[in-house]
Amino acid sequence: MKPRLLPKLAVWKFASCDGCQLSLLNCEDELLAVTSAVEIAYFPEASSNRGAGPFDISLVEGSITTPDERDRIQAVRRRSKVLVAIGACACSGGIQALRNFGSDVELARSVYPNPELLSILETSTPISDHVTVDLELRGCPVSKVQLIEALQALLDGRKPTFENCSVCEECKRGGTTCLLVSKRMPCLGPVTVAGCGALCPAFGRGCYGCFGPKESPNMDAMTSSLRNVGLSDADIVRMFRGINANTPAMANAAKDVR
Amino acid sequence: MSALSTDLVKVLQRSELGWLLAILRDRGYTVVGPTIRDAAIVLDEIASVEDLPIGMTAEEGPGGYRLLPRSDDAVFGFGVGPSTAKRWLLPTSRILWRTRLIDGTLTVLPEVAEAKPVALFGIRACDLQAVDILDRVCAGGCYADSHYVAVRERLFTVAVDCADPPSTCFCTSMGGSPAAESGFDIRLTEIAGPPHRFLVDPGSEAGSAIVDALQAALASEEDLAARASQAGQASQRITKRLDCRGLREILERNAENRTWDEAATRCFACGSCTMVCPTCFCSTTKMSSSMLTGESECERQWDSCFSEQFSFIHGGSVRESTMSRYRQWVTHKLAAWHEQFGVSGCVGCGRCIAWCPAGIDITEVASTIRRSDVAAKRPTVGKEH
Ligand code: SF4
Ligand code: SF4
Ligand code: SF4
Repeated sequence: MKPRLLPKLAVWKFASCDGCQLSLLNCEDELLAVTSAVEIAYFPEASSNRGAGPFDISLVEGSITTPDERDRIQAVRRRSKVLVAIGACACSGGIQALRNFGSDVELARSVYPNPELLSILETSTPISDHVTVDLELRGCPVSKVQLIEALQALLDGRKPTFENCSVCEECKRGGTTCLLVSKRMPCLGPVTVAGCGALCPAFGRGCYGCFGPKESPNMDAMTSSLRNVGLSDADIVRMFRGINANTPAMANAAKDVR
Repeated sequence: MSALSTDLVKVLQRSELGWLLAILRDRGYTVVGPTIRDAAIVLDEIASVEDLPIGMTAEEGPGGYRLLPRSDDAVFGFGVGPSTAKRWLLPTSRILWRTRLIDGTLTVLPEVAEAKPVALFGIRACDLQAVDILDRVCAGGCYADSHYVAVRERLFTVAVDCADPPSTCFCTSMGGSPAAESGFDIRLTEIAGPPHRFLVDPGSEAGSAIVDALQAALASEEDLAARASQAGQASQRITKRLDCRGLREILERNAENRTWDEAATRCFACGSCTMVCPTCFCSTTKMSSSMLTGESECERQWDSCFSEQFSFIHGGSVRESTMSRYRQWVTHKLAAWHEQFGVSGCVGCGRCIAWCPAGIDITEVASTIRRSDVAAKRPTVGKEH
C-alpha cells in the first residue's frame, strides 16, 4: 500500500519570544495526534528537519521589524498554501510595536552601545501588513485550544469555531466574579475579544487585552471605566499601549486619552 | 401556588438552622446556597451553615458591588449577587450529542446528562419568579428542553425573604415583592430577634414533608406578625421604580428614539447583563471534531444578543451596531417577551445594573424613553394605561 501523504506543516519565527511556538509543543495530549496527522516539514524549534517546501500549512510567529524579515515573509508566503499568523506579535505587531510610538534612535541608544550597527525598520508591524494572511490566532501567547482547533479545522476543510464576543462573556460563563465591578480593578475584558477563557480574571488579575480588541470596541467607555476605578490618564495610556498597542483601536484610544 | 395553611409554619432557632440543611442532604439533594467567593456572595455548593455569608452584606449600585461586614450576625442579610438559578437549570455549557465512526458507519451518540437533585437554599423571590419564566421558555410549549425539565422536576427551593434589599432592586415594579409569596417548596424568614430565629413555611407537598420532619415548635401569632411587618418594611425600602404602564407600546413605537444612541455611547456590548440576568436564556451550538478521539461533538453554550455573531446569518450580522444590540435586549425583555411568553422578561432583580461594567441602568433608560416618547407629544396622551 502506498503510504498516505500527510499535509506538510511549517512553523516560522519572526520578531517574537517563541512563546507561541512553545504553545504548540505544550499541547502534550494532542501532540502525538498532530504529528500523526501532519508532516512537520519545517520547525527549527522542534526538529532538525528543514524542508524546502512548498508547505500546506505555515504557522507564522512574530512581527516584521527588520528589512530581512520583510523579505523573508514574502518567501514564506510564496511557499505556503495556507498561512496562519499566530500570536499578538504576528497579528498586531506585539509589544515591540511600542517603538512605533517613540523615537527608535533614542530607544536603541538606551539599550545598545553601537546602535548604528542595527538594521531595523522604523516600525513593528503585523504579518497582514505585508502578505495575505488566511487565519489569525490572537493572544500572547495563543490559546492551545484555538491552536488545535485551527489545525483540526484546516485538516477537516472547515472553518474553525472561534467566538468573537467579549472576554466578559467568557469570564461570567466561567463563574468568575467581575473584578472591575467588585474590586474596582482595571480590566480590559469589556473591549477584548474572547479566546483565552478569561484566564487572567479567573486568577484575580484584570484582563491585559492580549487577544486584542473585539469587534466594535467601545474605547471611550473603557477610558471612562478606567478613570472611574481611579486610574490616572498616564496609567490608562499604559494599559492601552500594551501587547496590542499597534491595533487601531488601542492606538487611537491612547491618543484620545490625552 | 400559594403557601399552605399558616398553622404549619414552624420556628427554627438560629442554632437549629443546620437541621434543615441536614435533612436536605440526607434526602440526597446537592445543596446550593449563597457563599462568599472572591469579593462577592455567589451561589455554590454548601456543606453547612458555616458556609453561608454570616454577618456579611453587599452594597450595590450601577456598575458597583462592595462586600461589607454587617453590624449584626444575620445569615441572609444581603441582596442578590451575580449568580442565578439558571446556572443549574441551563448549564453554561452542555454536550448535546457526539458522533463516531463505528464499523464504517457514522453513529450519533446522544448525551444523556445526569440531572442530580439540587436544593437551592436561600433563593430570593425575584429568582423564583425568574424560574417560573424559564419554565415557560424551556419547559412550555411543544419544544421542551428535556434536560431542563429533568433538572427542574428534581429541583427543591428554599426561598428566603429579602429583609434588606439593595438600591438596585425594583421587584415591586415587576409584580414581585421582597418576601417570597409563591413558587417555593419552603419559605424561610429570618427574624433578627431576640431570639434570632427562622420561620419555616412549606409551599408544596415536598416542602411539607420536610417541614413535618423538623422537630420544631409551631410559629406563634407574634412570629407571624413579625414576618408580616418585616415584609412590609422591606417593600418600603425599595425605591427604584420601572413604570410598566403602556411600556410595551412605548418601546415598540420608539425604535428610533435617541435614547438608544445615548445608551450605546456607554455600552460595551460586552454581554455581562445577559449573563447575570436570571431570565436570559439564549444559547448557541458549537460543533467540533477531535483528532484525539476521532469524535465530533455538538456543544450548547450560553450566548448573548450583544455579540456580533449572535445575529449572524448568511452574509452578515443583522445587528451590526451596539445601539441595535442594546435596543434588541431591552425591547425583547420589556416588550416582545409579553407576546412570546405572556409575561415581562424582567423580574426587577437589578443584577444587570450592578454588574454592567459601564453602570447602565435599564430603569433609567426605560424612563428616559417614556419621557421622550414620540407619541406623548401628540394630543392623544393620557389615553394610555
Ligand atoms: S473581570 Fe474583566 S473580563 Fe471579567 S466581567 Fe469584569 S470587566 Fe469583564
Ligand atoms: S433585566 Fe436586569 S433587572 Fe430585569 S431580571 Fe434581568 S438582570 Fe434582573
Ligand atoms: S448594558 Fe452594560 S453589561 Fe450590558 S452589554 Fe452594555 S455595557 Fe455590557
